Amino acid sequence: MVTTAVQSIGAEDLSPNRATAARRLLAFVRNEVLATLGIVLVLVMSLTGIFAELIAPYNPTANDFGAMMEAPGWAHILGTDQFGRDLLSRIIYGARTAMIVGLTSALVGGAFGLVLGVGSAYFGGRTDLILQRLFDVLMAFPLIIMALAVVAIFGTGVGNVIIAITIPLIPRCARVVRASALAIREVPYVDAARALGFGHLRIILVHMVPNVMAPFLIMVTAFVGQAILAEASLSYLGLGVQEPVPAWGLMLQGGAEEFATTAPWIAIFPGLAIVLSVLGINLLGDALRDHLDPKLRKT
Amino acid sequence: MYRYIVKRILLMIPTLLGAAALVFVLMRLIPGDVCVVRLGSSGGTFDPKAVALCHAELGMHRPLIVQFIDFVWGILRLDFGTSMWSGNPVTSEIWARLPISLEIAILATVIAIAIAIPLGTVSAVKQNTWIDVVVRLFAVGGTATPSFWLGLVSLLIVLNVSSALFGTPWMPPIEYVPIWQDPLRNLSMALLPAVTVGYRYAAVSMRMTRSAMLEVMQEDYIRTARAKGLIRKLIVNRHALKNALLPVVTLLGIEFAFLIGGLVVTEQVFNLNGVGRLFVQAVQNQDYTLTQALVMLTVIVFVVSNLVVDLLYAWLDPRIRYR
Repeated sequence: MVTTAVQSIGAEDLSPNRATAARRLLAFVRNEVLATLGIVLVLVMSLTGIFAELIAPYNPTANDFGAMMEAPGWAHILGTDQFGRDLLSRIIYGARTAMIVGLTSALVGGAFGLVLGVGSAYFGGRTDLILQRLFDVLMAFPLIIMALAVVAIFGTGVGNVIIAITIPLIPRCARVVRASALAIREVPYVDAARALGFGHLRIILVHMVPNVMAPFLIMVTAFVGQAILAEASLSYLGLGVQEPVPAWGLMLQGGAEEFATTAPWIAIFPGLAIVLSVLGINLLGDALRDHLDPKLRKT
Repeated sequence: MYRYIVKRILLMIPTLLGAAALVFVLMRLIPGDVCVVRLGSSGGTFDPKAVALCHAELGMHRPLIVQFIDFVWGILRLDFGTSMWSGNPVTSEIWARLPISLEIAILATVIAIAIAIPLGTVSAVKQNTWIDVVVRLFAVGGTATPSFWLGLVSLLIVLNVSSALFGTPWMPPIEYVPIWQDPLRNLSMALLPAVTVGYRYAAVSMRMTRSAMLEVMQEDYIRTARAKGLIRKLIVNRHALKNALLPVVTLLGIEFAFLIGGLVVTEQVFNLNGVGRLFVQAVQNQDYTLTQALVMLTVIVFVVSNLVVDLLYAWLDPRIRYR
């Protein structure tokens, strides 16, 4: 009796909160269809990448020569490739490769861009002028062209691909961050910090960087998608991630074209994985922009 | 205006010179040696004498600074030397492949504009309706779809549909025929790659058209136009779109450089012998002269297209006056 009363009190206490949370979630899903889709896609991709070992039904690099180019079915849900490797398992492990390359390039490129952009705005004068001209030069290279040039130097493989994609992202980030930081430089609290005798590093990191976070976060999100696409393109050209590492772009190379009519699934599914994950990231980026930009925020 | 143009052209010089230096340095940092690759490709062993001879032939024995000055002087005369791989002049290698890439680029731009502006406008005018959601999804899809995969899938569809209809699969021709010689053959070759590359281009421009239109539609003069009873179509076409297109023009210029990047991969899919494919081959063969010429050309196209966009901007918007 007592326990029931306690339970019921507990239930009464919790239910309105839960109901509000559920209602809020439902309202969010209804009002922000595309944002919800983005969040779901990104979550699926991240969890797939993290728990690849647990989810993948087969070893992604194991060949089954008895089941080469098998059509999608019960044994292999998305079919197998020309070497008898399970496509679903390769796509699942490919999510990990895409995440490693995408996140590392975006975060490292973004971090360098952030420091250089804010630093350039803060110091101004000759430092700013030199850095800006340098960014001008670097920005004159389209991303994939720059990445190709860097790959030509460092060679292929996951690590080198990350370097190749990170370098062209730095000036793109620095440019946008600098524009936001220029406005902040003139704000009284930065002057106050200077007057208090704080060091350059402290002013930059503690007072300026947090205030350019909104454009920075939006950009870094977009970078993750761009980096995944660039990695896929490089791998497709044979200049990115190398066999036997499972990577989506690499899976589209070779067999996908050769067996287009006999085994179309080899060409379809890895590409679909790229599209869905980048779509999710872009939708998430859009939602983030709408939320963080006061001009776009819904009233 | 003329002063502005001259100033902008002068400002291009340090950027281009910086880019030239960067390209030159990057290409020399490459581990491996084009001569070793070249001699090794025949399968036999190569002796150091042959490598030294090859270096002398390609001018690689000279000091780096001399090579760089030679490189810049060559760019000014549009002479990029000879390809280290094929031995042909770089200019003629590029020239032979330029028409097909240029045609695809122009066609893709036309397709992109034809899709982006009407759809972007409709999406903004019908904001938050199902039409808007569909158009936005189509646009976000465009930025998420790698052009090479779109190319692969479109080829797949063409192959399967043609084999179902005619019994034998049909493939778009890969040999370039000028449009004035055989328009049908030319278009059947260039159309699919152009759509493939143009989709991303269209998607980005569509998003820009939409957001620019949304912003312009909130301006006071639009409210005035509405208040005086002007019909919606006229407000959108005459008053809003004209002003909303300004940022779209900028974007089209900037994205043209991305288009070149897209071509690199798309030409590979469709087996087209264009400049993009030449680029990938040059990187694979460690052909310094060809790679640096192609990178330099891309940079020049990018910088010049930026200048053109800025000038176009001033011409389109009478409020903008450059000094």
